[in-house]
Amino acid sequence: MDFASFLIQTLNSLQYGLLLFLVASGLTLVFGIMGIINLAHGSFYMIGAYLAFVLTSATGSLVFAIALGIPLALVFGAFLEWALFSHLYKRDHLEQVLLTYGLILIFEQLRSLLVGDDVHGVAIPAFLDASIQLTEVMSYPVYRLAISVVCIALAIALYYVIQRTRLGMMIRAGNDDRTMVESLGININMIYRVVFALGVALAALAGMLAAPISSVFPNMGSHVLIISFVIVVIGGIGSVWGALVAALIVGFADTFGKVLVPELSGIVVYVVMAVVLLWRPEGILKKG
Amino acid sequence: MNAQASLIPKLVAIAVIACVPLSGESFYIEIVGKMLVMAIFAMSLDLLVGFTGLVSFGHAAYFGIAAYAVAILSPQYEAASLWYVLPASVALAALAAFVIGLFVLRTKGIYFIMVTLAFAQMAYFIFHDTPLGGGSDGTYLNNKPSASILGWEPFDLNNEVHLFYFILATMVLVYLFLARVLQSPFGRVLVGIKSNEHRMQSLGYFTFRYKLGAFTLAGGLGGLAGFLYAVLFGFVTPELLSWHESGNVLLMVILGGMGNLAGVIAGAFAFEMMREVFADITKYWQLLMGGVIVAVVLFLPGGLAGIPGRIKRAMQGGDSK
Repeated sequence: MDFASFLIQTLNSLQYGLLLFLVASGLTLVFGIMGIINLAHGSFYMIGAYLAFVLTSATGSLVFAIALGIPLALVFGAFLEWALFSHLYKRDHLEQVLLTYGLILIFEQLRSLLVGDDVHGVAIPAFLDASIQLTEVMSYPVYRLAISVVCIALAIALYYVIQRTRLGMMIRAGNDDRTMVESLGININMIYRVVFALGVALAALAGMLAAPISSVFPNMGSHVLIISFVIVVIGGIGSVWGALVAALIVGFADTFGKVLVPELSGIVVYVVMAVVLLWRPEGILKKG
Repeated sequence: MNAQASLIPKLVAIAVIACVPLSGESFYIEIVGKMLVMAIFAMSLDLLVGFTGLVSFGHAAYFGIAAYAVAILSPQYEAASLWYVLPASVALAALAAFVIGLFVLRTKGIYFIMVTLAFAQMAYFIFHDTPLGGGSDGTYLNNKPSASILGWEPFDLNNEVHLFYFILATMVLVYLFLARVLQSPFGRVLVGIKSNEHRMQSLGYFTFRYKLGAFTLAGGLGGLAGFLYAVLFGFVTPELLSWHESGNVLLMVILGGMGNLAGVIAGAFAFEMMREVFADITKYWQLLMGGVIVAVVLFLPGGLAGIPGRIKRAMQGGDSK
């Protein structure tokens, strides 16, 4: 592998890993704080991608689609938390698995009813539709770089919110001991709703950003969901920074796996997970 | 419960199922055959979920591994011996469960759910991405295994009625076997682990070994169901290992009421019937199925097996717990 293709694969790994981080960070927060296993989290990614498709067709640009899509996803997340997930906090994991599994079926069918089962493309916004020439034959698309930049900015923002704001303090406290937080007079239900809506919005945003690269297709959420599980397992439940590290590990393992051992590319990520499990069954960074 | 009293409805149910081939309709024989296969699959998972308290979300892996094993181990142009491929497929599924169990049983709770799912997905990709079993298209089992022993053929699996009774007999045997296992000291320890693993440990049990034993046994029995599925339908695809199948079988267990073998059989039948009926009346069956699942979780904890108790309580006056 020469340097230019190595650079391209490295950038691809970063971009893929960071995008996965957007999905996994919401998932790990919902696990860590609310104690809920949410199989439907991948559906939010799928819904985001389809929102990008529908709204881009309607407004003419992915930028507008994202600007409209994020508030929609936030409201949708808050609604779901109120209508369904708030009933699951005291239930056991099995029932959470079931209910969220049922939700996947419902979301996929609704998607099929409303948008159909075809594969759709989404146009890259005009001002990002270019590529950087690396060598005479190889170039790197600006849009992929833009995704990485947006994701890094979001990771920093997430860091700031969680570490430096009052809301973040409450989220971290809720992660450690929810009974104590409640007894201190903090409205834990409000925190749950905010965290859940945030998780939905992040996953949907990941879907919207990914739409022009991966195109939009049925069941696109399920692969992302399972990879996100792997990330949460590697990173440690409830740890956002663990999720970031793990997402990058997975991004690199998957991307370079596809290049170096194409036949086994689907398996590489799971082998990484198995190794981490042997080494640290609780994940690289447990709750932090 | 009085064993005699619960025996009669079970015998009646088996007798009713045994009458299905009398209809002479291949369609019904195949569908009910599939329900019986799924009932075995669901019972094997119930050993983990209902009795040991291990929520495995990757049980389809063992089902699929054994199904692939039959197809791969059978020669292309002639029938393999049933007495070789059956134990070999089941043993392969059990071996896979044993190895995966060594990893996944290091984790608990939510982790366990996710890790079992991830390992099943790994198995899925092995069959999906490598030419081992025909890649994403799957492969055919051209000849059903032959039951011949030294030239004598007690039954012929190519005959749909023989195959049906073979599956029915296997299901009854699995039921009796699991009921017996659960009465054994081993089964008692599993139930003890479900209610309180720390207590079992402090009583001196190496709970990991028992859990690994249960995981391996469940994998083997799940493999038995996968074997029968491959023989019944004659082809296997990677989708047999997909997490939707793992979800469906978990659903059968919950629907039937976990920790209740007979209930779980009913759950498998109910699930497959729902799938057939919904798929028949509407192409939007997933929506209905999803709605039913959500409703069961929100309004019917305890599954189908909990319904008689609920009715009884309602008749005795709603307010008593």
